[in-house]
Amino acid sequence: MNASVPQEPGAAILDLWHPVAIREDLRAGETTRTRLLDRDVAVGLDDDGSPTAWLLTGAQHDAAATPRLLPTIAAYEFAWTSLGTPPEEIFKIPECDEPDRRNLATFSVGVHVSAPRAVENFLDLGHFPYVHAGILGQAPRTEVADYRVEVDPETNELWARDCEFFQPQAAAASTDGQMSQYTYRVPHPYCVMLYKSCPTDESRFDVIALFCQALSADRVLFHTFMSVIDEVSSDAQIRAFQTLVSAQDKPILENQTPRLLPLEVGDETSVRSDRASVAYRRWLGDLGVDYGVIPRGAHR
Amino acid sequence: MTAPDPASLLHPVAAGADLMPRHVVRSRLLGRRLAIWKADDGFVNVWEDRCIHRGMRLSAGVNDGAELVCQYHGWRYSNRNGNCVYIPAHPGEAPAGGLRVATFACAEKYGLVWSGGSPDAEPPSIPALEGGEVLVLRSLPVNAPAALVLEGLAGYSFRPTAALGTDTPITTSADAGNPHSVTVTATTTGAESSVVFFIQPAEAGRCVIRPVLSAAPAPEERLATLRHHARALEELRAQLEDSSPAEAAVALPLATLEPLRSGGTAGAAGGRHPQLQVRVARKWVCAEGIAAFDLAPVAGELPSFQPGAHLDVHLPNGLVRQYSLTNGPDLTGVYRIGVKLVPEGGGGSRCMHQSVHEGDALDISTPRNNFTLRRDAARTLLIAGGIGITPLLAMAQTLARQGLTWELHYFAQSDDHVAFDEMLAPLAEGVTTYCGLSPQETGAELTRITRHYGPMQHAYLCGPGPMIDTARSIAAEAGWPTEAVHFEYFKNESARDDSSAFDVTLARRDQTLRIGAGMSLLNGLRNAGIDLPSSCEQGACGTCIATVLGGEPDHQDVYLNDSERAAANRMLTCVSRAKSGQLVLDL
Ligand code: FES
Ligand SMILES: [Fe+2]
Repeated sequence: MNASVPQEPGAAILDLWHPVAIREDLRAGETTRTRLLDRDVAVGLDDDGSPTAWLLTGAQHDAAATPRLLPTIAAYEFAWTSLGTPPEEIFKIPECDEPDRRNLATFSVGVHVSAPRAVENFLDLGHFPYVHAGILGQAPRTEVADYRVEVDPETNELWARDCEFFQPQAAAASTDGQMSQYTYRVPHPYCVMLYKSCPTDESRFDVIALFCQALSADRVLFHTFMSVIDEVSSDAQIRAFQTLVSAQDKPILENQTPRLLPLEVGDETSVRSDRASVAYRRWLGDLGVDYGVIPRGAHR
Repeated sequence: MTAPDPASLLHPVAAGADLMPRHVVRSRLLGRRLAIWKADDGFVNVWEDRCIHRGMRLSAGVNDGAELVCQYHGWRYSNRNGNCVYIPAHPGEAPAGGLRVATFACAEKYGLVWSGGSPDAEPPSIPALEGGEVLVLRSLPVNAPAALVLEGLAGYSFRPTAALGTDTPITTSADAGNPHSVTVTATTTGAESSVVFFIQPAEAGRCVIRPVLSAAPAPEERLATLRHHARALEELRAQLEDSSPAEAAVALPLATLEPLRSGGTAGAAGGRHPQLQVRVARKWVCAEGIAAFDLAPVAGELPSFQPGAHLDVHLPNGLVRQYSLTNGPDLTGVYRIGVKLVPEGGGGSRCMHQSVHEGDALDISTPRNNFTLRRDAARTLLIAGGIGITPLLAMAQTLARQGLTWELHYFAQSDDHVAFDEMLAPLAEGVTTYCGLSPQETGAELTRITRHYGPMQHAYLCGPGPMIDTARSIAAEAGWPTEAVHFEYFKNESARDDSSAFDVTLARRDQTLRIGAGMSLLNGLRNAGIDLPSSCEQGACGTCIATVLGGEPDHQDVYLNDSERAAANRMLTCVSRAKSGQLVLDL
């Protein structure tokens, strides 16, 4: 019935940059072990303080063996690596360069679900009043107004625009309910971000991102990142808000079956408000993503 | 001997005592995950533990007594048939027909809940458990396949309750009466008792033993009995798991568990044909000139409906009439309608009053959800005139059950004309009745009722034409936007003109039809083989709606509101025509 776990990732996933550590957590002279795509990976800092990562295979678990070095970059408060041939640069988030922004890695948690299920949850307005009641939504204000979904022909990124939802407390700095405007952007099969009207400056947008580290096909480390204009809240307050939201999603995601995301349109029932999710599934299929998903036509 | 197909039998899936009110229990049978819940009407639902929307486990959802609510996006599934009845992301729309969760057969016997197999399969009958009170012992999951477990269970040894604490010799005999249970009987001088072990085949290599003790012990002996068996069963489990060879645990093939088929869903079929047969389970006079009917299914479960829905009743005299359903989510197993006698009418109500009796069979359509209730309003006003109470009664009960803010204002000719007292009584706080008011007095009350409009408020009107007309214009003056005022007329009393002739192009078929004077668009479409569903066929109920892609419709219905008319993108094909010489429809 379900495609079996573990799966083997193809080039569409191997050649991507994947987050493997919070940059700030890395210490000179120490290595951190983690998993990526069902492999053991070590992460550390090189002599000039740049992150470095290498693959641990069999004998290489011994310090004596020569490690296979992996390409590594630092971006958006994380260290990223790749098991294949990654592009020269990672996707751009230009807002992060603005001088009055606060960029921070907010919260990471392990979730027993595939990365695509986690991304889809992040793209989903309809669950706010149920899963994040009192914060991101409030029953009975449950309507999801129509919004637009498009694939940018130049970058091949997926966008959902003109999203709007009633929120009782949309961000750490907001005090009462508002209609929040959202734009979603999916620049990477396992990464998604949203731009939402900033409660302290209407003309600008807060950026909240989810960077999924696929530990295996059906386990993920759910990293959140924020770039906000907020002079009021402390780092701890901003983190506490994101921690609460992610902690509410975790049990939901772990109770979804199957854990892998079905790409066949008819496998789950979609309504108009799911058009971002439907487009994301189609987009993953078109990119040839074969890991963390049940590919089209793979079963039944 | 060939073993019977395990899927054709019912298996135990839970103890009856596990089904606490407003709870959902998880179970597993033949590899399927099940969500089991009991509704307030006592019906036990055994469903696939998976929301059809995004795969969330329904056992993590909320049992509200009549509906199971998924925790992820709040989709609501109805007791009995598993139909999806509400999708909160789209509060103004009824869910498409045919959306339902997979449901399984269910029975209760010997204190256990049974499921699986075909709808007419039954739990086994065990002589030792007949004719006396039984005691369900603690269930025991074991990591061993069913066949091995049954063998091992024959070696169970225990003492009858009356012989506990003595050392009288016991004789034990085991009887595998059927392939899924074993009865172990212990006998000693003057005492005998049996334990029947039923096996729930959960998944390959894992099953749950569900023991039932034949004669329930007296209350004072209960604890000692339960302790005795708990100890004996724990020993048995250790033995079973030790002796189960590892390869047996993986090799056992599982039968597949087939869900029940749908009992029919609302709104899918075309035409104006009856889709269901019902029986008049009860008929009574519920107010002056109003007869109420409870219509029960002849077979299976009735399809779910939205509050505000109506159905077509095909009368014995050949007429087809529309009646709104009054049921809230608590009244299950029947459709309840109210019929007002109109002596000077076309004969429909007279036939229902005089010629339809308890026990009679009637053909009906499935419910049509064209008067949809939003459940996201900050405040909902329900305004009924006369028999117009029927759909609003269903709405009030739904809003009350969900704890939303609502008011029901009911205008009747006199106290004696107030219908459905017993359904109104529990709603009393929200209901105001107005009896015997003149049109002027009614207008004054409507002005008072509608005077405070606020964002996210909605009003629903149903009653005689003049009253709805008045209420709509009063509400508009008080600042209610047209989108916030929803209405249903009993009939279309406006003069209609079918003298125009026009062409209609069917965009999906690339075909053009000529509709001549005197022919309705609906009939023209039917002649061309396009069987749109229809119900009232006078432009009041909205069933025959079509999407307009081009041309200007000549609206002659009373279903669309002013902004929908102006948008000119939908029309009712039974009465509306074209102002332009040509229409383009999305058909
Ligand atoms: S997964 Fe159940 S409502 Fe969305
Ligand atoms: Fe969420």
